[in-house]
Amino acid sequence: MALSRRDFIKIGAGSAGAVALGSGLTTRWWGNDVREPHNPGTEGDKVVPTFCELCFWKCGVLAHVKDGRVTKLEGNPEHPLSRGRLCPRGTGGIGLLYDPDRLKKPLVRVKKRGEQAFEEVSWETALGEVAEKMLKVRDEYGPEALALFTHGFGGSWFKHLVKGYGSPNIAAPSYAQCRGPREVGFFLTYGQGLGSPEAIDIENTRCLTLIGSHLGENMHNTQVQEFAEAIDRGAEIVVVDPRFSTAAGKARYWLPIKPGTDMALLLAWMNVIITEKRYDVDYVEKNAVGFEQLAKHVADKTPEWAYTHTGLKPELIRETGRFISSFKPASLIHPGRHTTWYGDDTQRSRAVAMLSALLGAWGRRGGYILPSKMEVPSFPYTQYAYEPKGKADRPESLYPLADETLASGLCDATIPGKTPHQLKAWMVYGTNLIQSLPDPRQTIEAIQALDFIVSVDVLPAEICGWSDVVLPESTYLERCDDVWAPYYKQPFVAVRQPAVEPMYDSKPGWWIAKELGHRLGLEDYFPWEDSMEYAKHRVAAAGLDCEELQRKGVVLGEKTPVSEEEGLGLSFDTPSGKIELYSETLAAAGFHPMPEYEAHEEPPPGMFRLLSGRAPVHTFGRTTNNRFLSQVYDENEVWINADVLAAMPEFADLPLEDGERVVLENQDGVRSDPVKLKVTQRIRGDCVYMVHGYGHTAKGLKFAHKRGASDSQLMTRYKVDPIMGGTGMNVNFVRIERVGRAS
Amino acid sequence: MTGPRYGMAMDVKRCVGCNACVLACKAENDLPENGFRDWIVTETRGVFPHLSQEIRSERCNHCDDPPCVGCCPTGASHINEGGIVLVDHEMCTGCKACIASCPYDARYVHPEGYVDKCTFCLHRVKEGQQPACVTICPTAALTFGDLADSEGELSKLLAKREHKTLKPEMGLGPNVYFLL
Repeated sequence: MALSRRDFIKIGAGSAGAVALGSGLTTRWWGNDVREPHNPGTEGDKVVPTFCELCFWKCGVLAHVKDGRVTKLEGNPEHPLSRGRLCPRGTGGIGLLYDPDRLKKPLVRVKKRGEQAFEEVSWETALGEVAEKMLKVRDEYGPEALALFTHGFGGSWFKHLVKGYGSPNIAAPSYAQCRGPREVGFFLTYGQGLGSPEAIDIENTRCLTLIGSHLGENMHNTQVQEFAEAIDRGAEIVVVDPRFSTAAGKARYWLPIKPGTDMALLLAWMNVIITEKRYDVDYVEKNAVGFEQLAKHVADKTPEWAYTHTGLKPELIRETGRFISSFKPASLIHPGRHTTWYGDDTQRSRAVAMLSALLGAWGRRGGYILPSKMEVPSFPYTQYAYEPKGKADRPESLYPLADETLASGLCDATIPGKTPHQLKAWMVYGTNLIQSLPDPRQTIEAIQALDFIVSVDVLPAEICGWSDVVLPESTYLERCDDVWAPYYKQPFVAVRQPAVEPMYDSKPGWWIAKELGHRLGLEDYFPWEDSMEYAKHRVAAAGLDCEELQRKGVVLGEKTPVSEEEGLGLSFDTPSGKIELYSETLAAAGFHPMPEYEAHEEPPPGMFRLLSGRAPVHTFGRTTNNRFLSQVYDENEVWINADVLAAMPEFADLPLEDGERVVLENQDGVRSDPVKLKVTQRIRGDCVYMVHGYGHTAKGLKFAHKRGASDSQLMTRYKVDPIMGGTGMNVNFVRIERVGRAS
Repeated sequence: MTGPRYGMAMDVKRCVGCNACVLACKAENDLPENGFRDWIVTETRGVFPHLSQEIRSERCNHCDDPPCVGCCPTGASHINEGGIVLVDHEMCTGCKACIASCPYDARYVHPEGYVDKCTFCLHRVKEGQQPACVTICPTAALTFGDLADSEGELSKLLAKREHKTLKPEMGLGPNVYFLL
């Protein structure tokens, strides 16, 4: 047809306005108008069940594939973590898979480190180079001089490789820069940490208290699902946050606490609950030790005392303490996840754990639950040969209660003269250390001292620009990984399987690790043909139907009792065999056996405490180059209280306006890129807030480059938790400078 | 004898404004960059610390009396099955009269020249599926259904919960309800 129908209409539509006026009646022949609706044709001719890697929650996904392209991603209804639904990031896997900026070929550095100048090479050349350097390091310094930094599920292959190589120096920033203090705080109190997904029962809680945890902005899918359900069935929400978060907008009580004073509030709540005998007396008597000491400890931590620190009115503290306890034991104080704030974070997490014990919430329906997992035997490998004594992340005298390796400690051990150890080579998998460790200047100093650094990634993040060799990994939608069987109230085994073939010259992590293994003389550690053979071996050893697992993406196990209400007997793997309100372990290690409030330094006049958090559509800096996701959020802003801004003398002549660009300068003179101001009532006046993960300097991230500002860059100061080495990062202050009107 | 009357309930209590609905719609309907059929509105009221907030996922209201259909010069904008307001891509000239007439700002011009908007994913509904935004929503804040079916989930929800529509004073008969 030479003339399409639309062309024809266009020709005849010269007087469209006039026609429009007269056409009203004729177009209302409705109800009988059954024109076939346009079908966008995105339904897959193949639907592949797998699980997500846009964040660490790892929801079950159904990948629709049409004509060899992934068209859309939906939640797998069978999978307990997605229950058929996905968070926005989950939908954005297509934006990662088809990101034009992906690493496409192996790269070898041609100029100085950090200049981001590379040449493309073959896999043979790149792998040969990496293996040669790794062997050299092993020969000259021993295998423990290599550190692996890893984040994400695909890291399992590289952990395996590095263990086989002989180094115990394997760390994820998700410990010392994120959830570590929480794990240790709960371990000290109950004898176990919370893991991931956290073993909490939002589904059945009657009152959920969020302390700095911004559920709904961080989109841990199942938790957000249960959060919404809780609201719907009338559960109460209490939010403690300097910022009026999304969750605060749904809360019965919002406590706009002064940042850094949460411990005072927690102690005061315990004071109210103990002095007014609102705690679970039977539960505490039966299960806890140290109650008398705690009662004495908090006797003077009255709401009036806490008011002077937190800025929260005594009546509000008392009222909310009573309110929270009125729902016990189904009163859940959310443990948070990113808990590295002020360097006393283990103690604050312990205060959360202890308050929860007073509420009788551990091991109880609607509180903290104790799930099981499906047993999937490990692959029968040769034993690893590494020496734990070579662990370099901390001197023996420091951080005695850390139960995982400290990424920040490995970074320290790379800077010459900083610690007795001396790391010489880094392998970095899936974690952009320039943004995930505090003080990038120090990270760069460490990198400059290395003999060798290789990164394995999907996108050219900053860390790739600092690497000697960059290996392009396939995305989660193009690869098979290990199977996953976490502790969860509905135990399950999930499988990741490729929806499409690897694009460009990218390779799955298992292949890269195996090829390196062969070049390092570690063939014995890679006896399988591919990851599918490996996964099938494990699945068969677990006695599960592999075909069913591949077809559904997930196989469910038997539910076991997760709370006393379901018949679970409580036991505590602590030295006393009880919940430890008073911790002999801490006392013996020279720490406060019960949490003490210590005031933190406050911002000097004219400066604000810098706080950071999440946007629902992004996972750290990993997704800020994702053009699909960025359609709804493409740069971060600095939140500032409108009234405080209006009262600032430096802007009296020409007030700063919402949307205007400013530069932040921190206490050490480090300046941010220009970033938009969000002038709002939704935050206290003594702090500013920004979403983490912006302000990329990596040239290869063409979309994210120079978009928004980096909070990490401004976090040049951090306070180390003496108990476990976590790096508290909410201790930086910034002043605001005008740049010019935003375009 | 009468057929279905499709509508939607959007629960502002459940919604966290995460944009999963917006992005799922974009993928499902293969929308162009900067083309949106649904969007998030966050309304904050009050002065620190006395604040309240309402978050809504908004889209075409598929009005009973849609001005966008009345003003369309070509008949491209029409009311399809179940009262769903659609644009026939082939007939649309992109004159934008409908965009000017819509008080909800629910339409945009597709780069291919036609005006585009929410279809309640009628192509999915015809296959017995829910609209993509409803299916994906992690907070289950969206309920799609037949308002004419008094026993249906949607009607029951509306009978049970306080609700509002947007700009009711326009008298257009919007069919997206906001549960308060």
